[in-house]
Amino acid sequence: MKSLKFLVVLMIVAMLAVACGGAAEPAAAPVAPAPAATEVPAAVAPAAEAPAGSDISGEITVLTNRTDLVDTTFVEYAKKFNEKYPNVKVNFEAMTDYTGEVKIRMNTEDYGDVLLIPDEVNITQLPDFFAPLGTVDELGQKYNFVTEKALQGQVYGLPVTGNANGVLYNKAVFEAAGITELPNTPEAFLAALQLVKDKTDAIPYYTNYAAGWPLQWQSYLGSVSCDPDASNKMVQMDAPFAPGTPNYIIYKLMYDMVAQGLNETDPSTTDWESSKQMFADGEIATLPLGSWAIVQMEEKAADPSVVGYMPFPSNVDGKVCATAGGDYKIAINKNTESPEAARAWLDWFLDESNFAYDQGGIPPLKDGEYPPQLASFAELGVELVSANPAPAGEEGWFNQIDTEAEIGLNTPNLGQRIIDAARGNTDETFDDIMNDLNAKWTEARAGVVNQ
Amino acid sequence: MNISGEGSVTKVDSTKVVGRFRLGPRSTKGQRILIPILFLIVPLALLLVFTYLPVVNMVGYSFLKWDGFSKNREFVGLANYVEIFTRPELFRVFGVSIYYFVGSFVQMALALYFATILTFKIRGKNFFKGTLFFPYMINGVAIGFIFLYFFKPEGVLDILMNAVGLGEYTQLWLGNRDIINFSLAFVSVWRYMGLNFVLFLGAIQSIPSEIYEASDLDGAGRWQQFRYIILPSILPILGLSFILAIKGALSVFEIPYIMTGGANGSATFVIQTVDMAFKFQKVGLASAMAVVLLVIILVVTWVQRLIFKEEGTV
Repeated sequence: MKSLKFLVVLMIVAMLAVACGGAAEPAAAPVAPAPAATEVPAAVAPAAEAPAGSDISGEITVLTNRTDLVDTTFVEYAKKFNEKYPNVKVNFEAMTDYTGEVKIRMNTEDYGDVLLIPDEVNITQLPDFFAPLGTVDELGQKYNFVTEKALQGQVYGLPVTGNANGVLYNKAVFEAAGITELPNTPEAFLAALQLVKDKTDAIPYYTNYAAGWPLQWQSYLGSVSCDPDASNKMVQMDAPFAPGTPNYIIYKLMYDMVAQGLNETDPSTTDWESSKQMFADGEIATLPLGSWAIVQMEEKAADPSVVGYMPFPSNVDGKVCATAGGDYKIAINKNTESPEAARAWLDWFLDESNFAYDQGGIPPLKDGEYPPQLASFAELGVELVSANPAPAGEEGWFNQIDTEAEIGLNTPNLGQRIIDAARGNTDETFDDIMNDLNAKWTEARAGVVNQ
Repeated sequence: MNISGEGSVTKVDSTKVVGRFRLGPRSTKGQRILIPILFLIVPLALLLVFTYLPVVNMVGYSFLKWDGFSKNREFVGLANYVEIFTRPELFRVFGVSIYYFVGSFVQMALALYFATILTFKIRGKNFFKGTLFFPYMINGVAIGFIFLYFFKPEGVLDILMNAVGLGEYTQLWLGNRDIINFSLAFVSVWRYMGLNFVLFLGAIQSIPSEIYEASDLDGAGRWQQFRYIILPSILPILGLSFILAIKGALSVFEIPYIMTGGANGSATFVIQTVDMAFKFQKVGLASAMAVVLLVIILVVTWVQRLIFKEEGTV
């Protein structure tokens, strides 16, 4: 009997411990599922100006992927927001595996009130999940990159910040290696890395193979082609990876860097978090990442001025370009119970929070201020290229062909396959891989185009 | 029953309910049926909701072409299954499972060895038991990260080898495609040997000690005791461990996924299934792959039960 009592006490204590531990998580406002009405709600109109701020009330849940900012910066944002809209309560929910979790929640109606659109949502599926925010013509006058999440003239998501795609480089390491001019062709870039390898102790190019996502280089398409319609043209081509195409140039550089031994000893054991510190300390010379990374590197560096940003080393008749695109797009859940409150937050976040500036990104507002991190691009005369939307009737084809063919242009798989071939772990040559991609693309394309 | 106290008399009549609320049957027979049912409701509910319901759903998904969240799901019948059996690369990953299967034999041999030794009187027995079982209690993700540092170039293993003078034999343990699976299987063995060890130890300790004394009197050595006393008694546990080993090798996922994400030739069937569902948005095909794996494991288990039944031990 005594042991039974002890067991019962132990169980109660255990359950209390679990219950108390659970309370530490950020409290999410219980968003009751919307009533089973099936009409599509009318476009959520922008909130009225400041005087009517206290008219808007409600409680909203904002989903975000910024687990690092949700308890600090975002709380500040909520306070400032409440100065203008005192009757709106804002709750945040941050998730490490943002797209994975939100994708699954989108099977229900409970996926927050304001959220970021996961990349896997095909453009044609946007009206199923998100409320329209306005027309392309109207919002296009105020915001950048409105066409990226727009369908048939309606905009469903606006960018919280924009990125330019280029290559981070450590200025001190480049100087020590004797590189005077920033390379603007792949061959010159390889030569520069070779100098880094010969004259310094730094790793010329850190693959971050284990993390995988830094190998997703498809976004350099605009940088290399200087063509805003490059992706749309790929949909019309049977062999978009043939020699001479922008894709061939992009991935060949990755292959050559590893084949020539200009990377770390063992790509399989790289670590993203420590690579940031290694870069800041001058142990890594280059990291091809989007401009969002500039701020993160500067935070790790003893002397932030050592962080440099150059465009992808490629040029078209002397013109150097960089793809510019929206980062995550903020959108409103179609099933939200507080559409005005949600719209108020969305507008405030884009217009007044300065999130993009603080993150060193291209501002969502057309007349917004560019942060100092991107000033170097202006100095170098880099032309920003943002991708045009797909022509009517072809929306979402690019992603459809990609996933159908299992090429994985938006997954780490292709980059890892190329690096495995380059370091000799597989028997494929670079051209083998490109031919295989062409074959898969052709086959998948036939299925998608003729549907 | 009367209780006489300080002038107060309380009479409790078991056939009337006076100020007492009684739930359910009053007879012991009724209670003997009701109480187990009440206890079983919770685990059965959990089993239903978190195991059987999802599996039924998954079988349903395997007949669809669906990306996991869109509102329209296309019924394609057996097309996913046909695709699995006509695409060789989807089955090739089972080759990786062979490494883990062989590893599990090593694991069982080691577990058996330690269990046998630690049955008899040894100094520090409890310390060794604790140390051998401890890895099993560590979270799989933590183990993955520990061994990433272990296998890094200039990591723990290389340092150890250098210290012992074997510096020139260091390899790229995870970078070299030929040995990456050995490294990962080693981690798996390290992790799960403790469980096998404890199972075998329990089985061996259930052998009454008089048998050992009798065999000592007959002049049996340690090896003979093992072969003729211990082994036959624990054959059922060995059989069970064998079945679990095969199932584990076929569906290995955690260790390679955490450490390499399945890259560089370390992808297993389950990793491939997960990639198919979440990277390529092919939930239908991935569900079909999961169903195929389930059927393979069921077939293997059934075959093993047949074999062991013939030997009359299960």
